[in-house]
Amino acid sequence: MKKIATGNKAVAEAVKQAKPSVVAAYPITPQTEIVETIADYVTSGQLASRYIPVESEHSAMAACIGASVTGVRTFTATSSHGLLYMHEMTNWAAGARLPVVMANVNRSLGPGWNIWAEHTDALQERDTGWLQVYVATVQEAYDATLMAFVIAEHNDVLLPVMVNLDGFSLSHIMQPLDTVEPGDFIPPIHLPHAIDPKNPTSYGGLTGPNDHFRFRWDIERSMRDSVNVIEATQKEFAKRFGRSYGFTDDYRCEDAEVVLIAMGTFGKEAEVAIDILRKEGIKAGSMRLRWFRPFPKLDLAGKEVVVLDRDYSFGSGGILAHEIRAQTKKDVYSVIAGIGGQEVTYDDLADFVRKRRMGTEFWFGVNTNV
Amino acid sequence: MFEIRIHSRGGQGGVTAARLLAMAALYDGKYATACPFYGAERRGAPVVSFVRIDECPIKVYSQIRNPDLVVVLDASVMDVVDVLNGLKKGGNVLINSAHKQEFAGFVTRNVDLTGIALRENLVVAGSPILNTPVLGALAKMGICSADSVKKAIREMFSDERNVKAAEAAYKELSS
Repeated sequence: MKKIATGNKAVAEAVKQAKPSVVAAYPITPQTEIVETIADYVTSGQLASRYIPVESEHSAMAACIGASVTGVRTFTATSSHGLLYMHEMTNWAAGARLPVVMANVNRSLGPGWNIWAEHTDALQERDTGWLQVYVATVQEAYDATLMAFVIAEHNDVLLPVMVNLDGFSLSHIMQPLDTVEPGDFIPPIHLPHAIDPKNPTSYGGLTGPNDHFRFRWDIERSMRDSVNVIEATQKEFAKRFGRSYGFTDDYRCEDAEVVLIAMGTFGKEAEVAIDILRKEGIKAGSMRLRWFRPFPKLDLAGKEVVVLDRDYSFGSGGILAHEIRAQTKKDVYSVIAGIGGQEVTYDDLADFVRKRRMGTEFWFGVNTNV
Repeated sequence: MFEIRIHSRGGQGGVTAARLLAMAALYDGKYATACPFYGAERRGAPVVSFVRIDECPIKVYSQIRNPDLVVVLDASVMDVVDVLNGLKKGGNVLINSAHKQEFAGFVTRNVDLTGIALRENLVVAGSPILNTPVLGALAKMGICSADSVKKAIREMFSDERNVKAAEAAYKELSS
């Protein structure tokens, strides 16, 4: 059924249909309507979850971990500083191989206090062992949340998944949303290492130098295996519900001489910029990176690459630019734009491509040598 | 793509008007997005919301710079905000006012939404409800169909006075 919904409501709707047994959340800014809406579903009886209001985001993730080790489905949502406060526990969730699903509304980090869109919050979680997907429409926020449970809980993965959506520009925008009946698309959860009081086992205790690396390697092995699981899940979703997703969302890339790469809503608006550039005779395409972890194999042979980072690693550079340089061995044009909700239009995006200077970095609004 | 900017004050329902319009456009079989501009808004402060309507999926997330239509739910914001900023040449203005208004170079229509809301006794916390009647005026202007407006209002509000207010605004919109 088609309706108008915000990105926040779309995520909450998908969570309602995935029926997690436990939802833990901390409700204060920069938290969003996602957990507020789920709380409504629980109190009105539409969702039979145990809803645990906690005193901090650190505790929200700890509660999800505690619930998840018993083998049940868990969900939480956060944003910005809330995610930062979870950091110790996000590492623990991945290390303990718990398939927690979390929505993160991407917002800037303070100070100064800024609650507008930026990706630095989630990208600071890149080394935790969480899978990360970035979405660009209300529909995709819903679809990706449904798929996140299937992927996280798959026996070849058993790692947590973070669904990322841009603060305000996607979390609060209203767009058409077509909900589905998931049926058996999300199979019942079966956690092979769930604790069982009848068969006591100990987890997470002291692990010496002869063993610890094995557990770390096992996370990486599953991360690599998750590529096939993601592919299969997205394929199955397309078969059942008619909407196709890949690791990237490519637009007019086949014959492109220059490709603009971005994540989130910029990656969608980039398509408008590409149409403008094509009319000017510039053979441009756009590639919206959906999955950041696992980082996909990108085919950019023979193309110039402009990377848009809505994030920054101080003393180093744009985080996405870094990943792409490392994988493709290419000199990219690195554009830093949209920090803290900075307004960037499709005309600006087209200009980044027109005035590219390969091998350099450009801060939009700071540098004038576009 | 048809782009609309709605000016109001925090608490007057500008965001809800944007949502209702997006719903009506969806029921018309079109694509729509609606979003408020989030700043340091509070009750009474001037606020802006945006609606885009198109025949195909909308890929633009940046703010509307050159709207086709500007809707002013509270004429007093014009003292502090240039509501005509960026409005396309020959573009439309819809203003909540009992009196005819003129802006050189633009097509201006007025309707007394406040009067209609008070007449229908559509008042919440001392403020007249403007977001449902304005949809009637927008339907009269051909932005969406009257049937879809009624469907959207009924989807969101159970009080039938909202539909009556929209019908009144449809009839009373100045030419």
